[in-house]
Amino acid sequence: MEDKKPILIAKTGDSLREAFGKELTKLSQEYKDVVVLDADIAGGTGVHHFRDKYPNRFIQCGIAEQNMMAMAGGLAATGLIPIVTTFAVFMLRAIEQARLSIAYANMNVKIVASHPGLDVGPDGASAQCLEDLSCFRSIPNMVVISPCDPIEMKQATRAILEYKGPIYMRTGRSDTKRILDDSYNFEIGKGVILRDGIDLTIVACGVEVARSIEAAESLAKDGISARVVNMSSIKPIDSDLLEICSKETGAFVTAEDHSIIGGLGGAVAESLAKSIPSPIEFVGTNDVFGESGEPEELADKYKLTSKHIIKAAKLVLTRKK
Amino acid sequence: MDNNWLRRRALESIYHAKSGHPGGVLSCIDILECLFSSILEYDLNNLDSVHRDRFILSKGHSAPALYAVAAKAGIIDEGRLNGLRKIDHELQAHTHRGATPWVEASTGSLGQGFSFAIGEAHGLKFQNIKNRVYVMIGDGEMQEGEIWEGAMFASHHNLNNLCAIADYNKLQSDDSNENIMGLEPLYDKWKSFGWNVLEIDGHNEDEIINAFKLAKDCSSAPTFIIAHTIKGKGVSYMENVPAWHGSLKLSDDELRDALIELGASKNEVEVAIHGR
Repeated sequence: MEDKKPILIAKTGDSLREAFGKELTKLSQEYKDVVVLDADIAGGTGVHHFRDKYPNRFIQCGIAEQNMMAMAGGLAATGLIPIVTTFAVFMLRAIEQARLSIAYANMNVKIVASHPGLDVGPDGASAQCLEDLSCFRSIPNMVVISPCDPIEMKQATRAILEYKGPIYMRTGRSDTKRILDDSYNFEIGKGVILRDGIDLTIVACGVEVARSIEAAESLAKDGISARVVNMSSIKPIDSDLLEICSKETGAFVTAEDHSIIGGLGGAVAESLAKSIPSPIEFVGTNDVFGESGEPEELADKYKLTSKHIIKAAKLVLTRKK
Repeated sequence: MDNNWLRRRALESIYHAKSGHPGGVLSCIDILECLFSSILEYDLNNLDSVHRDRFILSKGHSAPALYAVAAKAGIIDEGRLNGLRKIDHELQAHTHRGATPWVEASTGSLGQGFSFAIGEAHGLKFQNIKNRVYVMIGDGEMQEGEIWEGAMFASHHNLNNLCAIADYNKLQSDDSNENIMGLEPLYDKWKSFGWNVLEIDGHNEDEIINAFKLAKDCSSAPTFIIAHTIKGKGVSYMENVPAWHGSLKLSDDELRDALIELGASKNEVEVAIHGR
């Protein structure tokens, strides 16, 4: 498989939230039942694009997330496709509404959270959500996805509209590195090998995918052949692919801008424990809150960079039988 | 209007479930019966029609009242009522969408059914569907912040197709509203939140039906009906006793006394206790 070098498009490209907001606006011409719910934060979540184009389909809920979330269930009950938007951390505020009024009732609602992880940066710990993947993943009926670049975000935006049922999707605040091209094919429940390798597999989602590719390139210089899997579908997780990777590479590093408890790493570990177990090292925040700082500074302090993925890869190889 | 049959059937189902919330069931059942028999517009043969009025029981723990009323209306099979709260049965302790016909929302966590109803009201208005949405909340439920989030939303967006009814029996799980966390002045609160507020006797059929008509006529705001009710209404040993909210289990003798007070014959009592 051809290696794909991540390309930084910060100057010209989009953050994941912008990519989402623009694509949603575009697709809403086709998907006429889409309505967007916002809690006074549209400029931050990217749905200001939708608001400008479709003011009548934009539902301002005020700073009242619990009502917004449960209301979305009711909107879906009338046949609409509600998109609930706010920061990931405020989704947690309404998680019980997401559980009962959306997931348990099995309503066709899409929960799209911007500002996940330490990628939030200077706003600090109160805004940096490091627990959403694990919380939402444990709710029955709820699909959880975290795309890695603007191309995948566009495809995922269409996929969540085509899918009938509750979905939680992470976007992102920072300008992102472009990793994929238009030949990519996002599918709910599928992981994709972005770079092949035989010594270990790095499984990543969101902003950690670009860092994982950088890590794999660097590892190659040290004679270590690392496979990189973009596991944007955290639930359902691609257990078949993980099993193959376990058989073929025998060691794993997981990487996520999220706590190592219960998120992507947890999902990978659960899956492998039932198929072909291999040693795993987890890159993510280690049961701590973040703080103010620039995203790259925070990633360094909390050990989320390619440097830390490399270290984890070398460590897991010492455990490989 | 005594609705004794409904009261008996609801209590019987709670008795067989060996748990449940009889007090609030008896306080709200007259309002539910009025809604289903006189107010709600729906087609019994097409319950899923988009063009139907919606009802949401946000105080989901009163589900046995809704089930009894729905059985009387022919929406659900009366023979299923005693399966309440039993495993593999469609009559969940708290109403659950998809499990039982007519049930719009999954409830049981207070405040959420109210928001769900607001979503439906907004969705219907948005799609120019003229049907109305009715939602019943409990009094203790108004201690949830979500209620006031929703109250602001509904008036801000002038959801005049929405009518909320508070089953104001003055008692909640552990004690009176007043002792737990006071709700008054309730009328003024809802008025100040921009709602059309009506106050009625929630056991008086004429007042109930008239209030729903007034609500329908109001185009400038959503309507909030404060229905003064008696917790445990119709069963003297339950009336105004907080413990009958849900913490007591109905004994054989208690059910017997209740059914007799509600006009059951001896034979009906035996059938109720020993099964149908």
